[in-house]
Amino acid sequence: MKTTSFAKKILNAPYIVWSLIFIIAPLIMVIYYAFTDRSGAFTFNNVIALKNYGETFGRSILYAVIATLICLIISYPLAYIIARSGANKRGTLMMLIMLPMWMNFLIRTYSWLTLLANKGVINTILGAIGLGPFHMINTPGAVILGMVYNFLPYMVLPIYSIMSKLDFSLTEAASDLGCNGFQVLRRVIFPLSVPGIISGITMVFVPSVSTFYISQKLGGGKYLLIGDSIEMQFQSAYNYNLGASLSLVLMVMIIACMLVMNKFADDEGAAII
Amino acid sequence: MKKTVSNIYIALIMIFLYAPMIVMVVLSFNSSSSTSVMAGFSLKWYGEMLKNSTTLTALRNTLILAVVSAAISTVIGTAAAVGIDMMKKKWIKSTVLTVTNIPMMNPEIVTGVSMMLLFVFVGKFVGARDVLGFPTLLIAHITFNLPYVILSVLPKLRQTDPHLAEAAQDLGSTPFQAFFKVVLPNISSGIVTALIMAFTLSLDDFIISYFVSGAKFQTLPIVIFSMTKKRVTPDIYALSTVIFVAVLLLLIIMNVLQTRAEKKELKAKKAK
Repeated sequence: MKTTSFAKKILNAPYIVWSLIFIIAPLIMVIYYAFTDRSGAFTFNNVIALKNYGETFGRSILYAVIATLICLIISYPLAYIIARSGANKRGTLMMLIMLPMWMNFLIRTYSWLTLLANKGVINTILGAIGLGPFHMINTPGAVILGMVYNFLPYMVLPIYSIMSKLDFSLTEAASDLGCNGFQVLRRVIFPLSVPGIISGITMVFVPSVSTFYISQKLGGGKYLLIGDSIEMQFQSAYNYNLGASLSLVLMVMIIACMLVMNKFADDEGAAII
Repeated sequence: MKKTVSNIYIALIMIFLYAPMIVMVVLSFNSSSSTSVMAGFSLKWYGEMLKNSTTLTALRNTLILAVVSAAISTVIGTAAAVGIDMMKKKWIKSTVLTVTNIPMMNPEIVTGVSMMLLFVFVGKFVGARDVLGFPTLLIAHITFNLPYVILSVLPKLRQTDPHLAEAAQDLGSTPFQAFFKVVLPNISSGIVTALIMAFTLSLDDFIISYFVSGAKFQTLPIVIFSMTKKRVTPDIYALSTVIFVAVLLLLIIMNVLQTRAEKKELKAKKAK
């Protein structure tokens, strides 16, 4: 037994040291920079400066919530349809949904610029049949579209993986016992798929709320999000301290959201039992 | 009726998902420099792409980084997974797993920024200017690869009978022999998945790399980012088409390997 405990220490040691230095220490650095000034002296100025970013935070949360909801509305029926298809079709469809994620995220977003531009592909096609042109690029809608497009697979995947394990004889039993289609959905399928929905929501909300490239490209820099503000502090304004305090707020906000979501998931789980 | 509705629904979503990619692939063969109107077929942007030395250097850098970071993170991560699997105390195990989850849960921008701050801080401390470069990129990539490696190796370890290694040791092999001859073959499929996953994650990463890289060593996504800041010519589309096809081939190879491994496992089970 002695050899095992020795082996255990040797095997784990590099990883534990690594995660202390490169996972824990960087987070401490964020806190340190957020509460110090350029010279390294303690200050609350960076936290006080956050009050100028209320609108940016509000916009980020609003867009991310809308994008997450749209993803959920699109994904739920999609996951259901795929889960009820034949085994071969299922695999193919899921692969087709995951495939675009292997294309570089910047390129995927950029190609929407080509589609949505005033003289872009969509307006050219619509013009040929005598419609438009429509102004689509550099609008909040374009930014939200970019989020939905990039993160949709993150919503489909967890909901699908729950639905594919769902025992559909339960739904038959429910309809035999007199439930109509809507009641089956509301009372049987939905409660059972809550864990998938919860993880889908977090997987879409987190990258949406913290994005910066999508808003720059598809919003034309007019609708700055919190990610843009952080990026600016680190890459052009070089105010690391303010950037750190913005990052800290973003991180705390997301942790809080996750705790609430997990609590919600637990309650929901308890309610079913 | 119901079937038609679901088929239409799936078709619409596929159009939504693939329209931008089709547009990009088609326009990469454009004979004019427009990124919206197709003038005629030509391969000139592929030629342009091959002439661009920045892109080629970046491609080389990206591949080096992906190979090295995938290899290192797979070794550290597999060792860690074996160590975690052997842990007896529950609270230590769950603490380690929680820390492992941090890079996966945190927004990428926060991970990138926090590592950048650490590097800048240490750089200031030792008096080095311009610390950001290949070493910092490598550290960052290993760090975000590690959780994925650990989480793909751990389930394989759980499926392996722990008494097998003990039996091997009872029969006279050293702990090292027991690991390499008994445990490792059992978890090899998990390790291969981890390696490929780490490689593709590293290949594709932009956000974290963007914060921890310097001007000296740029990866392809970073070069693409600076290219899209200016007016874009179809050579970016040509480049992305090539990358996409390469990744597609990698995925197909991975799939074939996996099905083969599954078949082998099935055969082994039947033989028992």
